[in-house]
Amino acid sequence: MKKLLGIFCLLTVVCVATALMSDQFVTKYNIENLLRRTGLFGILSVGVAFVIITSGIDLSIGSVVCLIGVGLPWMLTTLKLPMAVSLLAVLGVSLGVGWAHGLLVTKLRIQPFVVTLCGLLIYRGLARGITRDQTMGFGNDFKGLRWLATEKIPVPGIEGFGIPVPFILMILVAILAAILLNKTIYGRYLLALGRNEDAARYSGINTHRMIIMAYVICAAMAGLGGMLFVLDVNSAQPADFGNFYELYAIAAAVLGGCSLRGGQGTIVGVILGTALMQVLRTMITLVDALPKNIEYAIIGAVILGGVVTDEVVKRYIAQRKAAKQLQA
Amino acid sequence: MPPLLEVRGIVKQFPGVKALREVSLTVARGEVLAVVGENGAGKSTLMKILAGVQSYDSGTLLVEGVATRIDSVEAALEHGIALIHQELNLADNLSVGANLFLGREPRRWGMIDQGRITREARAFLDRVGLDVDPRTLVSDLSIGRQQMVEIAKALSVDARILIMDEPTSSLTQHESEQLKGVIRDLSRRGVSIVYISHRLGEVRELAHRVSVLRDGANAGELCGAEITHENLVRLMVGRDVSQFYRRSTSPSLTPSITASEAPWLQVRGLRTSAHPRETLDFEVRAGEIVGIAGLVGAGRTELLETLFGIDPAIAGEILVNGVPRAILCPRDAIDAGFALVPEDRKGQGIILAMAVRSNLSLAGLHQHQRHGFLQTAFENQLSTQSIRDLNIKTPNPEQEVGFLSGGNQQKVVLGKWLALEPRILLLDEPTRGIDVGAKAEIYRIMESLAARGVAILFASSEMEEVLGLSDRTLVMHEGRIRGVLSRSELSEEAIMRLATGDSSSVDRLPQTLP
Repeated sequence: MKKLLGIFCLLTVVCVATALMSDQFVTKYNIENLLRRTGLFGILSVGVAFVIITSGIDLSIGSVVCLIGVGLPWMLTTLKLPMAVSLLAVLGVSLGVGWAHGLLVTKLRIQPFVVTLCGLLIYRGLARGITRDQTMGFGNDFKGLRWLATEKIPVPGIEGFGIPVPFILMILVAILAAILLNKTIYGRYLLALGRNEDAARYSGINTHRMIIMAYVICAAMAGLGGMLFVLDVNSAQPADFGNFYELYAIAAAVLGGCSLRGGQGTIVGVILGTALMQVLRTMITLVDALPKNIEYAIIGAVILGGVVTDEVVKRYIAQRKAAKQLQA
Repeated sequence: MPPLLEVRGIVKQFPGVKALREVSLTVARGEVLAVVGENGAGKSTLMKILAGVQSYDSGTLLVEGVATRIDSVEAALEHGIALIHQELNLADNLSVGANLFLGREPRRWGMIDQGRITREARAFLDRVGLDVDPRTLVSDLSIGRQQMVEIAKALSVDARILIMDEPTSSLTQHESEQLKGVIRDLSRRGVSIVYISHRLGEVRELAHRVSVLRDGANAGELCGAEITHENLVRLMVGRDVSQFYRRSTSPSLTPSITASEAPWLQVRGLRTSAHPRETLDFEVRAGEIVGIAGLVGAGRTELLETLFGIDPAIAGEILVNGVPRAILCPRDAIDAGFALVPEDRKGQGIILAMAVRSNLSLAGLHQHQRHGFLQTAFENQLSTQSIRDLNIKTPNPEQEVGFLSGGNQQKVVLGKWLALEPRILLLDEPTRGIDVGAKAEIYRIMESLAARGVAILFASSEMEEVLGLSDRTLVMHEGRIRGVLSRSELSEEAIMRLATGDSSSVDRLPQTLP
């Protein structure tokens, strides 16, 4: 709870500061844009949070985004496959990728870092191979499908402002994820095995099945994200589409309170973390005093600052507790 | 001439236990001194103190008659005392030579002088009769040979006293013989060996003198021809039995459970992957408490974990209430009515950073769910009930288990399983690291479960627990059940005789059940 409050305060401070430094921050266009990007990246972050909770990691997210992002227009425009078949293929590939990761991590006991690093390379290579490195897009077709990413739902009372559909999709995903994590036995199992896999196994939990499930959820979210990203921008270059997205997702999850040691994390925190990342990026673009090319440095410094503060506060609390016990 | 090493009145206190109470010991030059005692007698603690690994509270150490303070491994090595660890302390990714000279590599022009390492290492390896190239990787050697490298390493720093803690426990027969040869050879050259062993046969063969510890105090010494199996066991046992916890109700006294009733758990020809060559046969009746006694490494934990599906059996049959059950994973075992309170409470029993409530419900969630959703009512009711029934001392159910005392943590583990109403309760060292009050509570819980017809099988290294609680006792030694003792045959001496592998006594004692 304290962690959520901390990240929420940080988000507010950055928002207020940016609004004071730039008159373009509180505009209908910019807020819509922020919500859209938070929605798109938030879906990826929620997915990776499940893997991080099992004390694993998924580095392949950006490449899955790319594979699906170029694969979908490739199937629809180059292969001219029916829409239903293409969407089923997208679903199948995403789930298959996650299932393969999970099997390798649990049954063969290969480190998640290695498994998904190889995934990062393989899916990127496949995406570039099937498209021969050509940019993929939908042109002027598939307006119906693109509605998912480009449309906004007007808010009554505010002229010319609407909530982007990807943000609404993310909220739906987040609600489902929060229910899964907090209200079902599977979520409890994930949190338990993330803390102590042996104790979970000795309690009769099928830990392998749970870990595989986490990787499947993560890859499915990467696939959904990849689809929405390409529907949003309408053109994807296989060489750089989705580059570094796994790092944005992991960073948002960590910023939002997930520990890479596992067993810890909330969906609300992950969403707040994603929003903070997107606000920071906007701030760098809008505030003239900040040089544009140090974007990564600023994001890195903020994440590091957040994690260090968290650790220092935790130690301070532990020390005070110990001192109190000594007195008692 | 003063002895090489003399220990006078060493005292070591751990939180809650006095591990050593004024223990004394002397080691002469070139002597092989064996230190024996039951589990927890204080042998390992004493050896760690001598090697500077552990500090001591009071007492004197004299090296060649001069009082010295040994407060670090370096200080011990300076006096020529080296400990050969039970778990080997070698960097197995480096070569044998590199390990021998680790931290004091000979250098030339600032670079490691490989040639000198190889040359000098060979000389030390010769002294322990180890014929390997110093450039071989340690990971390519067998455990026995790695141990020889450890000994060579100790010799290379001029050790005059080698302390070995259970050196043969993980060696093959052949390797053990080689090690014995090396020990005799070193002793002839004036190196003293202090040797802890559970294998009394080996002690009889090797030691010039034996010092016996019991409950952290000197229990006596044997020299030369006095070193017999009988004398050793006599000194190792012999505690005041009257203070033990005694089981108040026994199935023999409760008429509802009679001996004619079919056994609830039957194990036939079971082979564990830890001891694939031994077969295990035994049974436990409903309402019976069966203890498994044995020394460290006897295979007790492996047996319990096999029954619970952690490490499935490689052969044999497990019958529950007469029905054979295939147990390949813990869930299979749970479905067959088993529950396991594991040995490593913090590593396997509980999740430290989770609330008492969630820990208690963890194993029962799959039985109390609605389409996969948590049943908050079940969790709340279970935690309130367990906290009350088992007297778990916690400020509230949301408290993290890590903040509870060991005894209360163990009650959480028990509570987790009792929610499933198991028919066969397996416990591995149920009271390890728990204070006296909580121990008695756990014994009472075990008894009341047995009175309700639960079959209980527990492994314990605490003699008084086995003596006080079990209706029957299986005694294990090196993966085999050496004998089964009924309540009337049960004594510390009988257990120790079987647990140390004295085969002469096996014939006189009842064998495994028909």
